[in-house]
Amino acid sequence: MALLEIQNLNRSFGGLHAVNSVSFSVEQGMIKAVIGPNGAGKTTLFNLIAGNLAANSGNIYFNNARINGKKPYQIAAQGLSRTYQNIKLFHGMTALENVMVGRHIRSKAGFMAGMLNLPWTWPEERKIREKAMDYLDLLGVADCADTEISNLSFGQQRGVEFARALATEPTLLLLDEPAAGLNIYETAEIGRLISKIRDSGITVLLVEHDMSLVMDISDEIVVLSFGEKIAEDLPHNIQQNEEVIRVYLGDEG
Amino acid sequence: MDLLKRYLPVFFMLALVVAVQLVTHFTETTFYLTQLTMSAYYSVVVIGLCVLMGYGGQISLGHAGFFAIGGYLAGALTTHNLIPFRDHGLVSFLDKVGLLVASKDLYGGDLLTLEPWAACITAVLTAGIIGLAIGGPVLKLKGHYLAMATLGFGIIIYRIALASAYFGEADGISEVPGFKLLPGIEVSGSFGARVLNYYIAWGVVIVSIVLLLNLIHSRVGRALRSIHGAEEAANAMGVNTARYKLYIFVLSAVFAALAGVFVTHYNGGIGPSEAGVMKSVRYVAIVAVGGMANLWGALIMGLVLNFLSLRGVFGSYDDAVFGIILIVIMLFAPQGILKINPWQQVKSLFTNTRGLSREETTE
Repeated sequence: MALLEIQNLNRSFGGLHAVNSVSFSVEQGMIKAVIGPNGAGKTTLFNLIAGNLAANSGNIYFNNARINGKKPYQIAAQGLSRTYQNIKLFHGMTALENVMVGRHIRSKAGFMAGMLNLPWTWPEERKIREKAMDYLDLLGVADCADTEISNLSFGQQRGVEFARALATEPTLLLLDEPAAGLNIYETAEIGRLISKIRDSGITVLLVEHDMSLVMDISDEIVVLSFGEKIAEDLPHNIQQNEEVIRVYLGDEG
Repeated sequence: MDLLKRYLPVFFMLALVVAVQLVTHFTETTFYLTQLTMSAYYSVVVIGLCVLMGYGGQISLGHAGFFAIGGYLAGALTTHNLIPFRDHGLVSFLDKVGLLVASKDLYGGDLLTLEPWAACITAVLTAGIIGLAIGGPVLKLKGHYLAMATLGFGIIIYRIALASAYFGEADGISEVPGFKLLPGIEVSGSFGARVLNYYIAWGVVIVSIVLLLNLIHSRVGRALRSIHGAEEAANAMGVNTARYKLYIFVLSAVFAALAGVFVTHYNGGIGPSEAGVMKSVRYVAIVAVGGMANLWGALIMGLVLNFLSLRGVFGSYDDAVFGIILIVIMLFAPQGILKINPWQQVKSLFTNTRGLSREETTE
């Protein structure tokens, strides 16, 4: 079975069928992109996979385990991590502390141990800090480690959010519009980074509007329109797919 | 290095506590120690609430309720005479295991009551369990809704204290005995034990703040702060947000109850005003003045404002003062007055940017 297997997934909001019988799978070690016009149901799909929304029907299998109905923190503990379209960082905390929260599921000191500052938690705490620093370094934002998050630029915040998602050491990473709000140089940079993440063994599923980025880095593309899957293919086939072109550019005449 | 930085203010505070005691001793103003002792206990409620509000991001307008649960139970269990129930199975069992103390009441009658340690543990556990029971459903709410639900809880506790004969109705409970922590160390309001009690109270504060400082700098503390920062993202990072919110709610309830137990033994009694909603508002106001996510700010403000209030500086406008403080802080210094920048404040009075910057800071 593929790493992520989505079968006949449905979700509606009132009369709107935001995700309509969508099925596809993501194989281990690939970059898969989900594209589609605004309102196609991409973000709803992500929220269903990450456990933020409950599906009306259908199945989601991750790592051979059914994850529908699980809470986001349980799904995260199974190795799924994500970033958000409109960056969601922890305000009032430094960049480093934000990434340290990413190590939460990889560490275990509890309430009492924390309150009593028990010595056995010290090596773990040091390791959390070192690892978090490594991820900040990887994203090139190590020099803002001690800056409170709201004082960082948009690009830096995106870097910290990436670092936080990677710090959980996920097997599957969901990226919701990673290039939103970035200029072409930064977008190219993010593209290289995503490829690098894939090469390190992490499977990536992303939603993106920037077509050049998607065509550049994806191994496979799923196209959604009004909640339905209209195509699933290799990037260059998608570019020639008439249905896709029609959805994006509209009918002639 | 980090630890030193964390504990340095604690040592500074310890020195200050001793210095204040010495000053009052040599200037013969030891009467101040009584209010300083009580302020210390109230500060324990405040710093517990500070971790819940400032770090966990959950408001509670019912903390006077937890304080009252602690105080009232400790008071009632150590004053109500158990002699009429002597033959009851539970009472004779408690007697056998040595959890009861026999003494004489004011008129020389025999008195059999629960040992203060047992009463304290019962009271604090009860507060914790009640916190757990109401926190579970209530913490699913956010913002105003959570505030209203906890307010409702506070009102219920207040009415129970006021209406039940067991808790003395409007008179409250009096003649609560001292609480012997260890041989020779007793929490009581007796005149000779004033200095000792001052140190006991500040000892409790120091232990509390060290525990809480450790907590907020730990893995769990970061998780709590992340819930405040962005709950959805915290959940997506694997933090069991519902459970952590519940834990911190119970913890702050336990701190409040513990303070209630100590204050009741120290004052020799407790009355329904301690359970009142205005008391809860006062605790919230103090945390806000201290700067929400600022344990030291909350502690300092808890001490200063409670001290002034107990000294009667605010007169009969006591509650009004705390209401005004809350309004003024929310308007002019939502980050607390210790982070205030007077020049910025003056400038913003003359420009139109305050509304904007205010929104940014609360985002």
